[in-house]
Amino acid sequence: MSFKIASSPHQHSQKTTAQLMKLVALAAIPGIAVQAYFFGYGVFIQLLLAILTAWCSEAAVLALRSKKIKVKLLDHSALVTALLLAVAIPSYAPWWLVVIGTAFAIIVVKQLYGGLGNNLFNPAMAAYVLLLVSFPLPMTSWLPASPVQHIPVGPLDAVCAIFTDFSCSGYSVSQLRQDADGISMATPLDTLKTDLSQGYTTAESMKKPVFGWLSGEGWFWVNLAYLLGGLFLLQQKVIQWRIPVAVLGSLFACSLLAWLISPDTNASPLFQLFSGATMLAAFFIATDPVSASTTEKGRLVFGALIGVLVFVIRSYGGYPDAFAFAVMLANMAVPLIDYYTQPRTYGHKPKGAR
Amino acid sequence: MPTLFQQIQAGKVWDFHGGIHPPSRKERTNQKPVALLDIPDRLYIPLRQHIGVAGKLLVKVGDRVLKGQALTQADNAMAVPVHAPTSGTVLAIELHTSTHPSSLAEPTLILAPDGMDEWRPRKPLDPEQADAYTLLERIQESGISGMGGAGFPTHIKVNVKQPVDYLIINAVECEPYITADDLLMQERASDIIAGIEILVKLLSPKAVLIGIEDDKPIAAASLKAAIGQRDNYFVREVPTKYPSGGEKQLIQLLTNKEVPAGRRPLDIGIVMQNVGTAFAIAQAVLDDIPLIHRVVTVAGETLAQQQNVLALIGTPISDLLNACGFQAEPQQRIIVGGPMMGFAIADWSVPVVKTTNCILAPTEHELGAASEEMDCIRCGACADACPASLLPQQLLWYSKAKDQDKLAEYNLSDCIECGACAYVCPSEIPLVHYYRVAKAEIRETQREALKAEQAKARFDARTERLEREKQERLERNQQLAAQRVAQQQASGLASQSAAAVQQALERTQQQAAPALDKEQIIAERERKKAEALAYQQQKQQAQTAEPASIQTSEQTEDPRKAAIAAALARAKAKKQAEAQSEVAAEPAPAEATASDADAKKAAVAAAIARAKAKKQTEAQSEVSAEPAPAETAASDADAKKAAVAAAIARAKAKKQTEAQSEVSAEPAPAETAASDADAKKAAVAAAIARAKAKKLAEQPQTEAAPATDVAEPVAVPTESTPEQDAKKAAIAAVIARAKAKKQQNSEPL
Repeated sequence: MSFKIASSPHQHSQKTTAQLMKLVALAAIPGIAVQAYFFGYGVFIQLLLAILTAWCSEAAVLALRSKKIKVKLLDHSALVTALLLAVAIPSYAPWWLVVIGTAFAIIVVKQLYGGLGNNLFNPAMAAYVLLLVSFPLPMTSWLPASPVQHIPVGPLDAVCAIFTDFSCSGYSVSQLRQDADGISMATPLDTLKTDLSQGYTTAESMKKPVFGWLSGEGWFWVNLAYLLGGLFLLQQKVIQWRIPVAVLGSLFACSLLAWLISPDTNASPLFQLFSGATMLAAFFIATDPVSASTTEKGRLVFGALIGVLVFVIRSYGGYPDAFAFAVMLANMAVPLIDYYTQPRTYGHKPKGAR
Repeated sequence: MPTLFQQIQAGKVWDFHGGIHPPSRKERTNQKPVALLDIPDRLYIPLRQHIGVAGKLLVKVGDRVLKGQALTQADNAMAVPVHAPTSGTVLAIELHTSTHPSSLAEPTLILAPDGMDEWRPRKPLDPEQADAYTLLERIQESGISGMGGAGFPTHIKVNVKQPVDYLIINAVECEPYITADDLLMQERASDIIAGIEILVKLLSPKAVLIGIEDDKPIAAASLKAAIGQRDNYFVREVPTKYPSGGEKQLIQLLTNKEVPAGRRPLDIGIVMQNVGTAFAIAQAVLDDIPLIHRVVTVAGETLAQQQNVLALIGTPISDLLNACGFQAEPQQRIIVGGPMMGFAIADWSVPVVKTTNCILAPTEHELGAASEEMDCIRCGACADACPASLLPQQLLWYSKAKDQDKLAEYNLSDCIECGACAYVCPSEIPLVHYYRVAKAEIRETQREALKAEQAKARFDARTERLEREKQERLERNQQLAAQRVAQQQASGLASQSAAAVQQALERTQQQAAPALDKEQIIAERERKKAEALAYQQQKQQAQTAEPASIQTSEQTEDPRKAAIAAALARAKAKKQAEAQSEVAAEPAPAEATASDADAKKAAVAAAIARAKAKKQTEAQSEVSAEPAPAETAASDADAKKAAVAAAIARAKAKKQTEAQSEVSAEPAPAETAASDADAKKAAVAAAIARAKAKKLAEQPQTEAAPATDVAEPVAVPTESTPEQDAKKAAIAAVIARAKAKKQQNSEPL
């Protein structure tokens, strides 16, 4: 009798890449739901557009590269990239924005570098940066959270606005953002930045309606929802604790220091943690395994670097939020970080102590 | 701060990096007693079942052997014998598929059991009385090698000179499914402790640490009960985590020490033995039962009865599976060892060997066939799981790139191939397989590098030698040229004999030194060939007749003239030959004599010179060819000078001979015995000597004895023909030469 031959180990954990990716998508659902509640149902349309674009782009490039399309599509990595980009751009941004962004993420940032596992940069963040520097206006046109919206927006309005630039009632996206006085309302981070640059203190700025409890109106809950999703990923051992803890820890430490030194010109640490994309980035974006550091110490360094960069750009840079830039800069540093944070192999002396 | 020993005594257990928690599935077999099987129809006993060399075979086909009888004998330290697991007849000793990942065939003894199970006489030892040497000898003779996996000969591992702090008994058994050691501990704990006591006697450790995973509470309790009140025996339960049974990992768990890279546990004062080995030692010493059976876990969902069995070494795996109700599936895998580090076999006729602890026949659903390998997403799960703190994802990258420098930098050699990385890999990359391939490639590269290095060293040495020899030759040629100049000057001033003596003495001094090597011998042969050719040509010119048709030449020409011409030609040819070769075949006497003496003298001198040259050849072939005939060629007054020169030349040649060989052929006193014989006689004698010498020269490589035998009969007639006239002598010489040359020419040099 002849038997099948295989190399050891013969047993495998049943966790596959596809399952990990599905769990990531699953964990993002609470955040997406809260985001839809506060910032409009446009996010669903953006998600749909992004996912379709990602699948088409991925399939096209895989076909060109003569790879097995079905196997690679079913690893769901394109889905996660699309999801992250779709939730990162404003809900009412025009349709072509997310299409361009997703196609760029998949085709250029991921596949042209060799496909899954070979990309240097986080595809979603690289695409976000491309869109932000190319189309700054639509990329920053976040509507105020629904409780402070002057003009109510329904689900159909989202469809109209995304595909025609005007809501079904004929308002343009910029009109939808206006308050009762006809002044465009920016995001809380943006508002704070502008106010501080004009000499307001933090406390004065925080009185504006875009701010709510602890941080921006609505933004706090969105961040909280992503935090929950992140904790679920940790519990499922899809991600390791080091990167999110390092990101949040260093952002907290930097902002705490700045806030203690000058509370009038710096936002509180908790405001920083629950504003903008903080939780989404800490748990879903920075933990992208492909572009993050792989060593244990390296992950701490990588996360801390992102936290510091976010703080620096938010406080002193030209953009209100900074995760895309911070993550990309940290991605660039990954090979260096990995090289210098190699663990001490069993039985070897620490490097440098030879 | 408590010392390490205090911490160990207090029950502290440390941790190691990484590790995984695969489903253990031990509950299927760990509650059932070890089953005994019928004696199989055939036993396949590989002659080598350990790391090392096979012992010397003691039996032959057709022999009846008794149970426990040694089939091989350890004839060196790295050998351990194998024994007959039951009584029976040796059917064959032939190649059989090995129980090894390679499945290569290996020498295997095939035994047909007779069912009597008849023991050889047994001689139990009392470990209290026996000394260490006797115990070690018993351990080796009982065929005990490590039963945990590697199969290292136990008698070497426990025969240590260094002090041992801790004897660690590995009872962890961390691989899923396997419960063989567990059952052994449950059923035979006191025997195991007895075995450990023997090890303690041999090693004298500070403490005995028994490491056992906490999923074996019954086994741990049995051991503790068996230990009783013994001091410094500690059973340490370690958390269930794979691969805590790895040698390095268990050392870290129990002592918080790391074995430095490239060293052995003994270097940090630790010896580790498997619990099964301890049991085998107890059996060997206390009951004189050699290692002829072992507990094997037979598991997997294709079996009706998953259980542990006591299997005779050599039992075919098919027998074990069939005894447990095996139902094969399509795409069936049979794994020897556990699911993490075991190897799949293609042929189930392979036998149970000393290191076989588990046979696994899983269903496809049970272990899951490896699905398609995907791209690495650098998630680092492998690095988190690696017990050696390696970076498997980097190693994968460099393995694929065949970057051996980087692989060394990332310590591929520290990989223990436990499979934890491949187990956790979400992309189902067979990482361990990549590392095995890379390791094999590195070994191959190292082997080739070594070979290249050796080849280069050889080439360099050769180049250097050739250059050195070239220099030596150049120097020698320069010296010879200088001598010749000095000699020519001297010949004008002093009397010839004095000059010749002087030169000969100088030459003697100079030539005693350099040893002739093979190349010089070849050069000498070349020279001789050239010489022979020159002779031939000269003769054809000087005498129209062929040397073979002597009668013709005798009638047409004056033989004396012919002899003179021949002698001159020979002298000339020798000069030429000297110019070409480094061998100092000296024509000097010939020259000197030819210039002033009459033709006879010249002929004599030339003949002597030739004789001398040939003697040199003889000397090279280490033949102590006696120059006796030349001695008898005592010349008269007018030949005296030539004779002196010849004698000196002989003396020189003999000195060379002495310098080169142990043979001390002493003709020296004869030289002075210059007698009053006729010059003609001398010529005859010389000619005959030449002939003899040439014959010898023909066989420089052949044995000395026949050559000498030939020489002597020739010499005798020389002495007995004192009254022949010059013509006859010359004819004889010509004939001799012709004969010699023919032979020489026909010799395929």
